[in-house]
Amino acid sequence: MPVQTAAPKIEVRASTPAVTNGKAKVAVRDLNFFYGRVQALHDISLDIPERIVMAFIGPSGCGKSTFLRTLNRMNDVIPGTRADGQVLIDDHDIYAAGTDVVALRRRVGMVFQKSNPFPKSIFDNVAYGLRINRMAESSSDLQGRVEQALKDAALWNEVKDRLKTSALSLSGGQQQRLCIARALAVRPEVLLMDEPASALDPIATSKIEELIFDLKKQYTIVIVTHNMQQAARVSDTTAFFLLGKLIEVNATEQMFTAPKEKLTEDYITGRFG
Amino acid sequence: MDIHRHLDDELSSLRDRVLLLGGEAEQALERAMHALTDRDSDVARQVLDHDDQIDRLEVEIDRQCIDIIALRQPAARDLRFVISVAKMAPVLERIADHACNIARAAIDLNNEPELKSVLDLNRMAEHALKMLRASLDAFTSSDAIKAREIIKSDSEINDLYNHTFHRLIELMVSEPSTATRDARLLFVAKHLERIGDYVTDICELTVYMSEAAFIKHTK
Repeated sequence: MPVQTAAPKIEVRASTPAVTNGKAKVAVRDLNFFYGRVQALHDISLDIPERIVMAFIGPSGCGKSTFLRTLNRMNDVIPGTRADGQVLIDDHDIYAAGTDVVALRRRVGMVFQKSNPFPKSIFDNVAYGLRINRMAESSSDLQGRVEQALKDAALWNEVKDRLKTSALSLSGGQQQRLCIARALAVRPEVLLMDEPASALDPIATSKIEELIFDLKKQYTIVIVTHNMQQAARVSDTTAFFLLGKLIEVNATEQMFTAPKEKLTEDYITGRFG
Repeated sequence: MDIHRHLDDELSSLRDRVLLLGGEAEQALERAMHALTDRDSDVARQVLDHDDQIDRLEVEIDRQCIDIIALRQPAARDLRFVISVAKMAPVLERIADHACNIARAAIDLNNEPELKSVLDLNRMAEHALKMLRASLDAFTSSDAIKAREIIKSDSEINDLYNHTFHRLIELMVSEPSTATRDARLLFVAKHLERIGDYVTDICELTVYMSEAAFIKHTK
């Protein structure tokens, strides 16, 4: 049976070189992705340089979250999915046979739209990954790493006196930063964020955005957002997806003032469709 | 889609207003020159009386631009349009201010004997008006090619100014009795030359709006 393609009529390529000559932390080459017979991503090639924030924007169903999840093989847990092409992290193809997916997800952490703290204490949430990966050499090392992760997630000052209380007692914004701390505790190199602030109020959103700004000094960050102003505020580079295709990649300021592609312009000016 | 139509309506209204301001500036200049060449001080006073309305229109455009940026957060071509209008409105208001200065000079000169050298200024004024009208047309049609042509034609008004300047200086030397009146005409010539520069600013904004290219200070 033939493969169903979602976007046969769009003939646009990324106008700015999506693939650069410089060293990329993440290099995606000719990636196609399928949910069963439905093709969700079409020939994506894209470089994500180290220690920048790249935002993925596009309408619902355009494939941006699917693409994000291909970067640490989170789609593997969905039955019937298949990826063709390469996703290279530091020149190693994460889809090559024999890849240790657990180790991969330690290197490429993820924060989801809805905060999902474990029903455990604040401390145990952050310590969870360190314990199962046996990354702490001693109890004091574990405490030090938890403290550092909470500091990196700009949460330490708010929770340092109640580390043993349930994570579920925190506010929504604090829970999301706790999830970021949990992801940071295992020292990932890349952090994937799937609409991390979409369920938060403006103050909590602002804290997450400030956090992203600080974290890019140490991490390569990829964020999916429906909020274009957020993409404009936090990212260095923006990629626009439509119907499973990468339409344009550009410096964020260029993307929001003078995009190269008409499809991009129509989308960000709200005239899409 | 209604929200986006609403933005389109607001941008359309903004365009109408800035063109109205442009028309007002054009009319002020035309009437100020008429007051000077036809020695009609009543028309000059009408130009001055009307200037408050032009100022108010500029403020309204300012406010409308700020509202659109704050409430609609325009991007790409919409953002470039709003920014261009926000920067264009004060330029048009200043053109009207120069027209007022010409009108004031006309009132002073009309109380004294007529000078033939007034006629030299008409050519400058005609050229300035032609540039202003063309710049508003280029803005309306988002025509960057036309805008660039208009910018080039500013050199003609500069040449006319230099010619007028030297002629008036010669007159001041040869006929010292008319020196005060000649000096007033020199200021009028300078106002017209400045209007040419402002029209250049308008055209640079049109190029930015159309092509996202910054051409200011690139000559």
